[in-house]
Parts: sequence; C-alpha cells; structure tokens
Amino acid sequence: MFSGMGSAEDTNKRWHLLLKEGETGLSTAFDFPTLMGYDTDSPRARGECGRCGVAIDTLRDFEILTDRIPFDKITTSMTINPPASILWAMYLAAAEKAGISWDKIGGTIQNDMLKEFIAQKTLMLPLESSIRLISDTIEFGTKYVPKWNTISISGYHIREAGSTAIQELAFTLADGIEYVQDVIERKKLDVDSFAPRLSFFFNSHLDFFEEVAKFRAARRMWAKIMRDRFKAKDPRSWWMRFHTQTAGCSLVAQQPYNNVIRTAIEALAAVLGGTQSLHTNSLDETLALPSEFAATTALRTQQIIADEIGVTNTIDPLAGSYFVESLTNQMEEKAWEYINKIDDMGGMPAAIEQGFPQMEIANAAYHYQQQIDKGEKVVIGVNKYSTGEQVYPPLLQIPEELEEEQIARTNEVKRIRDNRQVIQTLSDLRTASKTNKNLMPYVIEAVKEYATEQEICDTWRDVFGEYRESAIHL
Amino acid sequence: MSSERKIRILVAKPGLDGHDRGVKIVARAYRDAGFEVIYTGLHQTPEQIVNAALQEDVDLIGLSCLSGAHAYLFPRVVELLKENKAEDIIVIVGGIIPKEDIPKLKKMGIKEIFLPGSSLSEIINWTRANVKPRHA
Repeated sequence: MFSGMGSAEDTNKRWHLLLKEGETGLSTAFDFPTLMGYDTDSPRARGECGRCGVAIDTLRDFEILTDRIPFDKITTSMTINPPASILWAMYLAAAEKAGISWDKIGGTIQNDMLKEFIAQKTLMLPLESSIRLISDTIEFGTKYVPKWNTISISGYHIREAGSTAIQELAFTLADGIEYVQDVIERKKLDVDSFAPRLSFFFNSHLDFFEEVAKFRAARRMWAKIMRDRFKAKDPRSWWMRFHTQTAGCSLVAQQPYNNVIRTAIEALAAVLGGTQSLHTNSLDETLALPSEFAATTALRTQQIIADEIGVTNTIDPLAGSYFVESLTNQMEEKAWEYINKIDDMGGMPAAIEQGFPQMEIANAAYHYQQQIDKGEKVVIGVNKYSTGEQVYPPLLQIPEELEEEQIARTNEVKRIRDNRQVIQTLSDLRTASKTNKNLMPYVIEAVKEYATEQEICDTWRDVFGEYRESAIHL
Repeated sequence: MSSERKIRILVAKPGLDGHDRGVKIVARAYRDAGFEVIYTGLHQTPEQIVNAALQEDVDLIGLSCLSGAHAYLFPRVVELLKENKAEDIIVIVGGIIPKEDIPKLKKMGIKEIFLPGSSLSEIINWTRANVKPRHA
C-alpha cells in the first residue's frame, strides 16, 4: 500500500504496522522537495515538508525510514523520478549497512523522466542528462542488483494529465523505445541482458472495453517492438509486465461511495486485460489521503475480484470477441500512427522539445472537461443525478514543527559528518558527471558520507543545467 | 471594437506541485471566453508570480495548488502584491483547499476560492461579474 507522510519515523512506524498485517511489498511516497531534489531547508521547499509523502534529506533519514525493515524478505517500491538514483543509492547503502547483499534485495524505482516532461512535471535536469542518469541505473542494476526493477515506464500520469487511452498507449511505448535505444547505444549492452527487467505502469479508466483493448494492444505492440525493432531473442524481453492503477481522475468528490463502483469496474478491466499487479484507489482520494475504512474497502474490492468472481481462471478471457478484437486492432493502429509520427520527429525527446505530446494531452484534457460541462459526457453525481451538495476537502494535519525538526536533524547530520569526505565525494561526482562513466558508484559514495540530496542534485544542476518551463501567452 | 481594454489574467502554479491539468484547462477556457491569458508554467515562487503579474500588467491572478502548500504560498502572493502597491490586482485560487482554510485565505485577501468540481462556466461568470480592467 502506497504510504509515506510526515517524518521518516512516522513512515517507518506505518511500515512496521503493514508488515505485521502480512504485507510484503512496501511502497513509498516522498514529499515534493525530495521528489524535486531540494533539501527541507531550501527556500523553494517552504511549506511543503512532509506533505504528500515522507521528507528525505540524507542517508540518516533513510536509515530511520528503513529501521528494522527486513531488506531480504520484502520488496520496496519508490515513487521517485529526477533524483531516483540518489534514493536508490540510499536504499543500497542502508541494505549494505544492515548486512544484506545487493543481489538479495528487490524492488522498483519509478525512474521514468520522459513521462515527467510529458505529464507529471517533477522536473530537475534537462532531457539529455535525465535520460543518461536512467541508463546509468539500468546498467548498474543489470550488473549488481539483478532483482531490482530500475524503471517503471509509466502511462498512468499521462492519462491522469488528461490524455486519451490511445495517447496513453502510444506515448508510453514511445518512451519505452527511447529508453531501450539509449541503453543499447550509450551502454553497448545486449538488449536481452536488460529488457526482461523493464516494467510498465498503466491507468485503468472508465470506458470498459476500450481499456481492455488498450492493455491487449500494449502487450502485442511491445512484443513487436522488442522482437522486430530491437531484435531481442529472449521471449522474456518481448513480455510486457505491467502494473495498473485505477484512474484517480475518474473519481469525483460528490456522492463519494459511487467511487467504489467506478474503481471496481476499472479494476475488472485491468484484470481482464491481463495486468500483473493492481492498485485500487480509495473512495475518498479525490480530496485527501485515504481513511482506513476507505483503504480497506479498496483492498477488499481487489480481493472480491480475485477470489469471488472467477475472472482469474482464464488468461485473456475476452479474446475472440468480435468487438474486443476489432477495438484492439483499432487502438493498435492509431497508436502506431502516433509512434510513427514521433519517430519522424526524431524520437520522443525531440517530440517533447517541440511540445508535441504535451499539446496533444492538453487538447484532450480540455475537450474532456468541455464535454463534462456540456453534459455530453455523463458523470453521475456531477452533471447528472446531482444533489447539488458542496463537498469540502478535510484538513490534513501535518504538524508545523515537522519542517523545523527536519531542518534541525539535517543540520545536526551536517555538523557531525566528515565534511572533507563530503566535499571529496561530491567533487569526484562532478568530475565523473562530465565523462561517460556510470554515476551510480559516485552517488553511492556521496550518500554514504551523508551528502544531502540537494548537494548531489546541485552538483548536477551545475554540470548539466536546470530544466525550467517557460511562460506562455495563450 | 469595444473601447474597454480586455481583462488580462495571469494563471500561475506556485510551489513544487506539478498537477497542471486543471490550471491549463482554466487558462484555455479563459482564452476561449475572450480574456487575455498568460500562464506562468510550473514551479514558480511567489516572487516570480508577482513579478510576472506586474510586468504583464494583469487585472487578475489565478493560483492553483494541489499539494497542501497553499497555506504558505497563497497569502505570500497577496503580501507581495501589497508590498509592490498592486493590491488592486484581484487574486483567486483553486485546488484542494480544506474548509477550515477558506475563511483564513479570504481574510488574507484572496477574493474567491474554487474547489474541485467547479465548472468552467462558474469560473468565467464569476470573473466577468467581479473583475474590471484596473485602468483603461
């Protein structure tokens, strides 16, 4: 279950509770400063500490976060993108200190920057260096941390930003193509050495058959891409392993219990489409972090699908249906059109620089909202069968002292660490960043000396520059 | 041609929150309704937003924040407008705002707050009724 809030202590406590309940996979949410490479004491981090996730500045915070966590018995998923290599390095360092070797640990870092430029927008470095850092992690994982998923190529956020199902499908695959291409070219790795560890992450929205068709098309297309385009020989490289989360953006604040039904239908589409793993949203998530009741209901929704209704007994149960087959073909055809167009533009990074996927999504999102406002698209409780209720988000209580306490802890770490070693490791990282060397070993050395996340990121901002969105006159 | 100057609007995303689906939809709706609109792009500090508002000589600032950091960021924009003697620029906001924060924000000078589920026409109609060009 996705968790992370407040301090490292709070999240660690929550994790132990989840482990006691039998959970074997932990999933971490970080606060915005951590997601974007700022320490808590940065002026840009004001007011953000511990909201939307846990605050991590140094390995010290990470050690508290993972205190008494059995690294070799659980897997950990970290939703982190621009500084993914740093948080992963902290995980590796913490595991090593706990005496667990890297070949025994498993988990996932999201680490998909292209979809950040396209949709979710936690941004730090320019495109080229962002992709380089990802290829470094893929190479490092392939060699030293073989059970780790070093990337989760994500359509989820593309869809949440307002894309259509076809755009989600096409842009996600185009992102996947770029990552594979870059590792092959930059690292000279054989495609079959790393491709089986690539994983995907999709959204499941409300249009039931369209979603089933999207998942089916995605598998088929990835197999073709890997086999025909990249000449992968190992069938495991052709497989698309994907996680699905039901569409947060399909839930509404009004008449919130209806969201349970929406989520159940979306989850069913994902299961019939062949997802490997599933996250069901809680009914109250439009407004706040889920309550315990809502989170349990979301879990039970999955368990009912898994154990009560028999849909998991057959692989691809809708295959052969005239409608589902033709819809799958249509989705595939339209997604190839997008992919070919992106290829013609010079690949996804070039397309992003021209603003192409961003504009396509913004158009789709605007169109969707207009349809809702005009009543052409029905949303029960909003533009049909509305009771006119006004719904207010509840107050999220993040103690204000948290920010001060976090800053104090980081200051204390800075006081007792060996600052000469910190300067040395950061200087080594800076030098290596200007070469083609894999940066993971340098990042690991720096975090072990308790360099802060921002000190590492600032080194990169200095070497690579910083990505900034510019203002637009509409 | 109307002799009255068009209303100029700055829509902005303060802070580190990257959820820009809503703000971009609102910006387009304003444009289609005939307003002049500037969107700042993401990750703006309150200082950058106020600078942009002054430079672009806008009549209205629309802020969007979904991360919970609004309690610091929104009032800071109003404060900076006052410091720059531009308190006649109206500030409205949208996002995930708890009920308890609404009176506080209004007291600090935020004119209107649009919560999740607000329709585009509500926002446009409110703007037409409440915002006039600051000068001709």
